[in-house]
Amino acid sequence: MRHTLAVLVENKFGVLSRVAGLFARRGYNIDSLAVGVTEDPNISRMTLVVRGDDHVVEQVGKQLNKLIDVIRVTDLGADESVERELALIKVKSDKDTRAEIIQIVDIFRARIIDVASKSIIIEVTGDEEKIAAIEKLLKPFGIKELVRTGRIALTRGSKSS
Amino acid sequence: MSENTRKMTGARAIIECLYEENVEVIFGYPGGVLLHIYDEIYKSDLKHILVRHEQAAAHAAEGYARATGKVGVCLATSGPGATNLVTGIANAYMDSIPMVALTGQVPRSMIGNDAFQEANITGITMPITKHNYLVQDAKDLPRIIKEAFHIASTGRPGPVLIDLPKDITTEEIEFSYPDEVDLKGYKPTYKGNLQQVKRAASAIEKAHQPLIYAGGGILGSNASEELLQFAEHIQTPVTTTLTGIGGFPTQHPLYVGMPGMHGTKYANYAIQECDLLIAVGARFDDRVTGKLASFAPNAKILHIDIDPAEISKNITVDIPIVGDAKNILASLYKYVKPVEKENRKEWLDRIEGWKKSYPLHYVGEQDGLKPQYIIEQIYEACKDAIIVTEVGQHQMWAAQYYKFSQPRSFITSGGLGTMGYGYPASIGAKVGKPDRVVFNIAGDGSFQMNSQEIATAVQNDIPVIVAIMNNGYLGMVRQWQELFFEKRYSHTCIRDSVDFVKLAEAYGAVGIRVEKTSEVKPALEKAMNSGKPVIIDFVVECEENVSPMVPAGAPINEILDLERKE
Ligand SMILES: Cc1ncc(C[n+]2csc(CCOP(=O)(O)OP(=O)(O)O)c2C)c(N)n1
Ligand SMILES: [Mg+2]
Repeated sequence: MRHTLAVLVENKFGVLSRVAGLFARRGYNIDSLAVGVTEDPNISRMTLVVRGDDHVVEQVGKQLNKLIDVIRVTDLGADESVERELALIKVKSDKDTRAEIIQIVDIFRARIIDVASKSIIIEVTGDEEKIAAIEKLLKPFGIKELVRTGRIALTRGSKSS
Repeated sequence: MSENTRKMTGARAIIECLYEENVEVIFGYPGGVLLHIYDEIYKSDLKHILVRHEQAAAHAAEGYARATGKVGVCLATSGPGATNLVTGIANAYMDSIPMVALTGQVPRSMIGNDAFQEANITGITMPITKHNYLVQDAKDLPRIIKEAFHIASTGRPGPVLIDLPKDITTEEIEFSYPDEVDLKGYKPTYKGNLQQVKRAASAIEKAHQPLIYAGGGILGSNASEELLQFAEHIQTPVTTTLTGIGGFPTQHPLYVGMPGMHGTKYANYAIQECDLLIAVGARFDDRVTGKLASFAPNAKILHIDIDPAEISKNITVDIPIVGDAKNILASLYKYVKPVEKENRKEWLDRIEGWKKSYPLHYVGEQDGLKPQYIIEQIYEACKDAIIVTEVGQHQMWAAQYYKFSQPRSFITSGGLGTMGYGYPASIGAKVGKPDRVVFNIAGDGSFQMNSQEIATAVQNDIPVIVAIMNNGYLGMVRQWQELFFEKRYSHTCIRDSVDFVKLAEAYGAVGIRVEKTSEVKPALEKAMNSGKPVIIDFVVECEENVSPMVPAGAPINEILDLERKE
């Protein structure tokens, strides 16, 4: 089972290594990790995708909460939250394939953000399935590089996490 | 913030902060980056005990903390000084002991450049501290030190490290000490949730065969009095873990001894037969539970702990109450109806029967000196000593055979099992409690891991009595080799490695050798009357085993008698 955890942390020196170290030390699996500052510059938000049964994820949450720099941990249930990931994909392209690639980009409501004579860079946002799907379709053209942000998520409605 | 601010250097500010925290002693060892701090120590009247190895500074700070309940403080220089603290910090972390470790660091501008005596001690100690700090601005010193003492001593206690770059200690700051800490991510729960307390109360009232399983948390929250009252109130037997020993009077009729691998048979039987296990400040360590799947098979589990992460970590808990043991035991007392002795008779009689049938025992001999006998004699010689131990067989015998009537009287390395812990810890305990007699019950192997601290005891006039159970072996390992490796004693014989009497004398301490049972009493009297650091070399039976014993991974009721029958 994969869980998405929103972890609010004090934006302090070493906080990322505290969190990463905790996962390593206790043998928890992280599928992805995205970090960035929040509306309050003193607070960062980490979005962690963690694999494990409910018992493991509960322990992860409790252990994270024990870190002094961790302010709050919320397990974002899939139904109550929106999740997105962003990927940049550099694909081989020339005048023969460009049109076909643009078509795929349109279908996925992705964007082309750089065009060169032998490649283009595509920006795509969505959940993991969507990114996996476009990746699969672009593969035959030749993917030169791919980078993804890891999942970020917010609870739906006015409730905050 | 206090009104008046004063200008001073970071080094001076550190001393002022320690005064603000009512620190009465620090255990430390100097070095290059600490020169300014040591200069301020020289000018102040802060007590400083110079150890002979930084590991001992950490253990001594911990021994002090355990004996007094206050935060222990140690100080070491950058690089090797700091890394030498690591074992002591890890030990305090495993046993949840409040400690603040101060380390020197190379100047800020040199951090990260592999400067001389640079070690990334905050990185190294991240997994073994409750929290740690690298001070990056001298102005932060008062806040950080205030927070460190707060974090170390509240909630589930533990060690906090503060790394102090050298240039911080020379920088001038406006000093004012904060009155409060403001930590968004740290708000320990003290009061138990009332709903949960009521659920627990009803489970306790329904139970026929309840058992209290109390750990080091009883001592951490100073809850011994509440534990005693509660246990009597509900007429429920009590077992205390290794680190919980002393948290309940061991001669009380409701006491069933220590559980687990070298626990009493009756404690283990009581766990396996109870219908409600009331765990208080204990963490279901594998040395206690044995095979987890067969642990307390008939029991509902009620778990009281200040650390929410301990709830259902190793064993699924039916009724958790997160909070301070002292508080929660007191409120349970209010919510649970008292139980009359007669109404508990059946269960208490069964336990009494086990106690009679399976007491702790050893085969006494005419000539061979038995370590268990020595521990009993230490009790006879001094009934209210602080007993500190090293790690090994002697540690188990001390836990089994000394009798404790007050808390903070048994100081031992539980979670980490650190050989070499006992002697420096006993020095720290004696510094904190100079009016108590302090024994370090040692093994010949363990003692050699920090025997250089005789110099600390002698120089600072700290009259700890070391009772070495000298069996010529790394006995606990030898016991396993005997039982599970057909007596192939691979690298566990250390016989005749040193003359402990001469070693004591070389440092100016008193050395006594005891080879016969008849010499035990006079030697203990001599040691206690000397008022000096004493090392007693008890030459004991070399292949005595700790009994009873649950083989690793077995259910705890499969507990074997191991004593040699002559
Ligand atoms: C620092 C450290 N190294 C190794 C061990 C493993 N160990 C546990 S008990 C023991 C033997 C202890 O020997 P001694 O101090 O003579 O005590 P005895 O068991 O003989 O009473 C050893 C090697 C340990 N606990 N700590
Ligand atoms: Mg030995």
